[in-house]
Amino acid sequence: MNEAERLVELIPRLRRYARALVGDRASADDLVQDTLERAWAKLHLYRRGTDLRAWLFTVMHNVHVNKVRATRVTATLEDELPELAQRASQGDALLVRDLDRAIARLPTEQRSVLLLVTLEEMSYEEVAHALGIPIGTVMSRLSRAREKLRMMMLGQGAAAKLKVVK
Amino acid sequence: MSTEPTVTEADLQAYADGRLGVERRAEVESWLAARPEDAERVAAYRRLGDALRAAYDPVLAEPVPQYLESTAARRPRARRIAAVAGWITLGALLGALAGWEARDWRRPAGQPLAEGAVMARRAAIAHATYSPEVRHPVEVGADQEEHLVAWLSKRVGARVRAPKLDEVGMALVGGRLLPGESGPVALFMYQTAAGRRLTLYIRAEAKGNRETAFRYARENNVSVFYWIERDCGYAISSADLSKEELLHIATLVYKQLEP
Repeated sequence: MNEAERLVELIPRLRRYARALVGDRASADDLVQDTLERAWAKLHLYRRGTDLRAWLFTVMHNVHVNKVRATRVTATLEDELPELAQRASQGDALLVRDLDRAIARLPTEQRSVLLLVTLEEMSYEEVAHALGIPIGTVMSRLSRAREKLRMMMLGQGAAAKLKVVK
Repeated sequence: MSTEPTVTEADLQAYADGRLGVERRAEVESWLAARPEDAERVAAYRRLGDALRAAYDPVLAEPVPQYLESTAARRPRARRIAAVAGWITLGALLGALAGWEARDWRRPAGQPLAEGAVMARRAAIAHATYSPEVRHPVEVGADQEEHLVAWLSKRVGARVRAPKLDEVGMALVGGRLLPGESGPVALFMYQTAAGRRLTLYIRAEAKGNRETAFRYARENNVSVFYWIERDCGYAISSADLSKEELLHIATLVYKQLEP
């Protein structure tokens, strides 16, 4: 299988990761598109025989970090948003949306680690390699990401009650 | 208690991910058995993982947009870039020979003629580059017109529309994003049933650029009608249509794009 075929084969996984990373479908597919273009432009840097998937996620990570850097102002504003919006009813779709928002509130570097481990099921070593960070950092980011999400999910129920009382 | 193994936070993460060997897993389990709070925390991490997969795994089954597939499948762009570079060199050479090299720094800012002429040349080069393409004439096909228009508008930084040219027998093939002198440019491609093609090149205009009437230019065998209207510059190019046909279509496009 040549690189083109393998790239095509990996699109669904890139899209899944991108969707979780940036939230909405259009921006996620933009990110995938930019990643594929970048991958072609940088293909000479990829060493044949090594894991193309891991390399591609590295490319996507770099593209994403650059995009985030370019829109830092927006990101900062989002960080300062108050608690998650509260709604009276609960349902599965709602939970997915809340999960989306909760993930969006994680710092990018923690989000990437959590998603590569959970969705891509990369080993901790692979994540360290893909993101260019020591494995100890992978573990601490993973731990912090999970704890933050857990607290958000816990806090959400409490906050909802408070709002409803008003 | 002295025999109790040391369990680190990293062990708990690996346990939540199901990545410990049998022995280590048993040790962590007995450690957790004595610590209900940590046990609940780790169980929450597992549920979180399940929730994440449940939320995003469905993306794997979604049909892949055609434009992503073409981007992934296309050969390295070196050859295409070389082709564009060739056209630009050729264009510059012809421009210099014809004595209409329009360099911004030699003219007062925002002179419409110079601005428009540069745009016309770029539009002709884009037409010559992409219209002969058989397999990849566009990045996003007409089947995703809505996405195409939204994407190009966003990148170009102006409201871009794809006019309907059915009445002259031309259907939208799709579009792509191109680099321009001062930002991204949108290119739509249309063709007749017989495969005669035209491209519509749209760029956002700098504030100072005045509106212009229709102008005509010819680069090699490519005819171009171009004009500047409000915040956008437009150029319609074709190597397949006569000057008269192109003017007729340009008028049509102009009317449709009027707000």
